[in-house]
Amino acid sequence: MVGIVGYGTHIPRSRIKVEEIAKVWGADAAAFKKGLNLNEKSVPAPDEDCATLSVNAARNAVKRAGIDPQDIGAVYVGSESHPYAVKPTGTIVSEALGACPYVHTADLEFACKAGTEGMYIALNLVKAGEMPYALAIGADTSQGAPGDALEYSAAAGAAAFIVGAEDLAAELVDTHCYMTDTPDFWRREHAHYPQHGGRFTGQPAYEKHVFGATNAILEKTNMKPEDFDYCIFHQPNGKFPVNAAKKLGFTEAQYKYGLLSPTLGNTYSGSSPMGLAATLDEAKPGELILLVSYGSGSGSDAFIFRATERLLEIRDKAPRVRKQLDEHKIYIEYGAYAKFRRKILKAD
Amino acid sequence: MKVPRHWRETPQRYRMEAGKCSKCGSIQFPGRVICPDCGATEMETVKLSGKGELASYTVIRVAPTGFTDLAPYAVGVVQLEEGMRVMGQVVDCDPDNLKIGDRLTTQFRRINEEGKTGMILYGFKFVPDLGL
Repeated sequence: MVGIVGYGTHIPRSRIKVEEIAKVWGADAAAFKKGLNLNEKSVPAPDEDCATLSVNAARNAVKRAGIDPQDIGAVYVGSESHPYAVKPTGTIVSEALGACPYVHTADLEFACKAGTEGMYIALNLVKAGEMPYALAIGADTSQGAPGDALEYSAAAGAAAFIVGAEDLAAELVDTHCYMTDTPDFWRREHAHYPQHGGRFTGQPAYEKHVFGATNAILEKTNMKPEDFDYCIFHQPNGKFPVNAAKKLGFTEAQYKYGLLSPTLGNTYSGSSPMGLAATLDEAKPGELILLVSYGSGSGSDAFIFRATERLLEIRDKAPRVRKQLDEHKIYIEYGAYAKFRRKILKAD
Repeated sequence: MKVPRHWRETPQRYRMEAGKCSKCGSIQFPGRVICPDCGATEMETVKLSGKGELASYTVIRVAPTGFTDLAPYAVGVVQLEEGMRVMGQVVDCDPDNLKIGDRLTTQFRRINEEGKTGMILYGFKFVPDLGL
């Protein structure tokens, strides 16, 4: 049996409200709030990036796991905002944690799915008996083009999971993946901002893959939506995951703990993994959790986890997601946001 | 080319590794070859907690190259739980509301970068200890 032995998250303290962004572009804030169920989003400080978010989240995961970082055999960082085009984020994270030098690291990229991609690899490496522990991180400081609909959701945050084969806080029950070549969102080399297919990102992209992976894992395990205590679907905004849950036959009681996007935004590779972390903050031993990610381009990874007694022991060894999300927020205006996100052209 | 220097400082900047004298037990940050307290040369590596109290600080309003986006920011001397004092940037706070004695902890942050195409330097910075 393999599963999660420790988990941790990091959310930058700055927030910008939907009204503040809409004001600059002459857009209707109420329409975004109602239509996409978005109220505010996290903004990274100028000295935060994918590497720093990853390290701070992973340190919380190590605290909960209570392991020696030297025992971590692999570190995978999933992101679409790696600080370097060439030079791994994984070595920065491994070095900062103290996992070097006997460790395998790789940077992963698959739009919003790179975090669960790392989890899938890490779980299977441990399952194969290659290493006692592996670390998978989903982290992003997402960029949305100024004035684009994405600017209202592109946020920053990270979730880290240490997987192992003993002392599990959540056991892995099963996994299933669903991938096709679907061009709904991309960023070309050297392009600063991504492009997307607008409404095309909905039904033929997000829904097709999320539904495909969910239905496949339910069939594989012979389970029904009502068998689960919690579900987490990728959260590009506050509307897609709620609609997906309802259409698949899940209820608000199952998705409410994992739904963070209305006040966090979309943390891309960190999105559904952070929803899983928030759910682990609440789950009771024996309860079942369904996690389904989505990454444009496109694919979904589905996982079923069962919480154990040990989850209760490790939960309060690091800050909970809701505490990081709801407390000590710093609200900023669009000017500071534009400066923080390097949207202002300055002299060299 | 500052790359070798940055790389050499990785253990102290990334993991707050200090040197502890095997003879008299005094801790030096960053670590030293010879203990300044007793002159012994056997030092072991220990990791600092990064937690402590603000002992003194100054506010930088006219920042040097590479730090201008953060101005105004505080640079503090922090009395760590392990007993020694360490200097570092204090971020995620209003520098005008800092007080001597404030409880601080460390986070991993971007320190500086060598222009738009050069290397990015990472390390610890102090932030208010809010349990986040």
